[in-house]
Amino acid sequence: MTPQAAIDRLKVRFGDAISAPVEFRGETTITVSSEKIAAICQLLKKECEFDMLTDLSGVDNYGEDPRYEVSYLLYSLANRCHLRLKVRVSEDDLIVDSVTGVWQGANWHEREAFDMFGIRFRGHPNLKRILMWEGYPHHPLRKDFPLAGIPAELPETAVDADTVRVAPMLGGPFVANSGTRSSIRREPRQYDTMAEQQDKLDNPTKKESV
Amino acid sequence: MIQRLEKGFDPKVEGRDLIVTRADAAIGWVRKNSCWPMPMGLACCAIELMAVGASRFDIARFGAEVMRFSPRQSDLMIVAGTCVYKMAGVVKRVWDQMPNPKWCIAMGACASSGGMYRSYAVVQGVDHFLPVDVYISGCPPRPEALLEGLMAIQRKIAQEKATRNMKQPTHEPGLRHAVQGPIIIRGEYAPKLKSS
Amino acid sequence: MATQHEMELIDSAARAQQAMDEGLSGEKMLINMGPQHPSTHGVLRVVLELDGEEVVNVWPDIGYLHRGDEKIAENMTYTQFIPYTDRLDYIAPLANNVTYAYAVEKLLGMDVPPRCKYIRVICAELARISSHLLGIGAFAMDVGAMTIFLYTFREREKIYDMAECISGARFTTSYTRIGGLSRDMPPEFVPMLRTFLKEFPVTIDEVDKLLTRNRIFCERARGIGVLPKEIAIDLGVTGPCLRGSGVDWDIRKSHPYSSYEDFEFDVPTGTLGDSYDRYLVRMEEMRQSVRILQQAIDHLPDGPVNSPDAKILLPDKEAVLTKMEELIHHFINVTEGVNAPPGEVYFSAENPKGELGFYIVSRGGGTPHRLKIRAPSFVNLQALPVMAKGHMMSDMVTILASIDFVMGECDR
Repeated sequence: MTPQAAIDRLKVRFGDAISAPVEFRGETTITVSSEKIAAICQLLKKECEFDMLTDLSGVDNYGEDPRYEVSYLLYSLANRCHLRLKVRVSEDDLIVDSVTGVWQGANWHEREAFDMFGIRFRGHPNLKRILMWEGYPHHPLRKDFPLAGIPAELPETAVDADTVRVAPMLGGPFVANSGTRSSIRREPRQYDTMAEQQDKLDNPTKKESV
Repeated sequence: MIQRLEKGFDPKVEGRDLIVTRADAAIGWVRKNSCWPMPMGLACCAIELMAVGASRFDIARFGAEVMRFSPRQSDLMIVAGTCVYKMAGVVKRVWDQMPNPKWCIAMGACASSGGMYRSYAVVQGVDHFLPVDVYISGCPPRPEALLEGLMAIQRKIAQEKATRNMKQPTHEPGLRHAVQGPIIIRGEYAPKLKSS
Repeated sequence: MATQHEMELIDSAARAQQAMDEGLSGEKMLINMGPQHPSTHGVLRVVLELDGEEVVNVWPDIGYLHRGDEKIAENMTYTQFIPYTDRLDYIAPLANNVTYAYAVEKLLGMDVPPRCKYIRVICAELARISSHLLGIGAFAMDVGAMTIFLYTFREREKIYDMAECISGARFTTSYTRIGGLSRDMPPEFVPMLRTFLKEFPVTIDEVDKLLTRNRIFCERARGIGVLPKEIAIDLGVTGPCLRGSGVDWDIRKSHPYSSYEDFEFDVPTGTLGDSYDRYLVRMEEMRQSVRILQQAIDHLPDGPVNSPDAKILLPDKEAVLTKMEELIHHFINVTEGVNAPPGEVYFSAENPKGELGFYIVSRGGGTPHRLKIRAPSFVNLQALPVMAKGHMMSDMVTILASIDFVMGECDR
């Protein structure tokens, strides 16, 4: 089934939600309405054999309204053809239906679009940031974000005293001092009680009894 | 220049098996010839680091083929590749876990200064949070340049006053009586072998 | 959860049996693997939920090498972005250069001369061999066979020598340009390549003899990390991972680009989709690449290597220094960049890791409005939870090595 035949079938079912196809360098692109995107993708996968989602990306058209665009590139393995769908999303209502129910592979792509542009996806199982760290306040690929970045809070390291149960040694990270004479002061041992370790930290110059 | 730096290890040989020298020199000699690297291979430079470990540019002849991925067992951290803010905390944490004495090589343009990535996510040089001893330029540096950097670290280690460091009662981590500031190695060109 | 029995058992063996019967499930451990780890190839963090030794759940966490390439691309001309494409899949930089050049040329609607296409095929196939060598070397090293790593790196050094001959740099070559190549193939290259093509099959056979029927390797890799066909297609997995699962799809055959239709070669496909199949697919792909290279070097056409359109490529240096028109072209080309028409284009090529695609949205002018890099490793890593559930902790290493991903292109 060629892309044109798929578009005709979509027009039969969805009518106005499908725009006229644009052809450039041998590729077909249609703009569809954002309410129907999940149903459109379902039809394309089930009836038109577009079984692979090659790419899903956001585009920021700063200054236009609607400002953002989500572009889906579909591929049919059996018919060996591509089809591109575009959905325009405005800045005020920055949410689109997720297509993870249609293709599992959309999962990470949508997370990346959320991370880089701030576009939310309704029904996504795990819409968290993927490339930047959790808690990063900005969306980097927006046109009004500068290339050199805006200073932000640094990420917490993955394994932290707050997130996991602390190992028996108190405090840390430990740096072994090659200079100290006593080996116990140099690296505390596991059998030191918490009180002893806390004491050592508080009075570093006290002579040990050993 | 080489003679002056190597002067630290100036043994007098008594008989056949006994060498009399200064403790600093002996400790320096032992440390520099068994410098175990901790490869912090982040990006493309890691591939050149692996090539240095392979058979053509053998790093084993410098005693450093033991690329221990455990920080507790290594002396030299080679930061090879772009360090991004998300990874920076991890690199610092691993550096903190390395026992003293430890040294750091910033391999490549990205580790030295952010390289060609002047963007929102890249730390502009690993020396923002690590004390770097040798910077090696190049994108990626040739393996010969990394070996040159390793030899520069070895020269640095040979001159350090190890016994003076040991006498400190409260040892601040990272403080060493370093003889020389950071060294910069030009890494893009294969060095011409000087017949000296 | 455990049912309480009325009687008390005295014997410890009986108590143990009772515990097993009741199906006491212990606490599950959450273990963090990476981002600094010898076996995650690059900076990948994997959070594992383990029930004893068995992996119950896997969450890969990426982004530890996110350098902002796509944002950088919006601020650079098309030619200035070529060095950044090197560093995407940094194990096979020549292949990325070729793909990017074709993508921009598709946008411009221009074609390159046949000699350029053949040389680009040679570059792409050398990159494929180099990448698979490292993939197999690292896989073998992680599984325990250290020697293979040294053998494969020895061969990679030969490929590095050839890359240095043709482009000036061992690695991160930035060899292609929009509309052609940075320079023609020097005459020393052909004998180097011929010698390599004679010596290299010997090494593949050596590695084959050491690994393929090796009892330990088979037990570690067979049946580990199975990726079923339908799930692979649904996830969008491409490359040797997809072919290992039994889908016969290779962009070089289905949408031939860069004169691949002139070459005779086979596309190996696996059956089960486990790590062993992926390893075999890569081994066979290297042999097929040798075939392609032999044909390419035998039938290399003569002629110019750059397209004659002066507005896109930099004109000859003598003309630039002596004539006014060429000087202006040079100036505009370097400062403003190639003048691309408005529109959007997607071009993908069969990279060693899978399908690398560039989606370029252009509003006219020399810099792209949006450049999205469809990275194969980004998509292939989504398959990790599917592959890893139910296996042991030590199989995680095998699975990660068999996917053969690169964090440079995964995080961009």
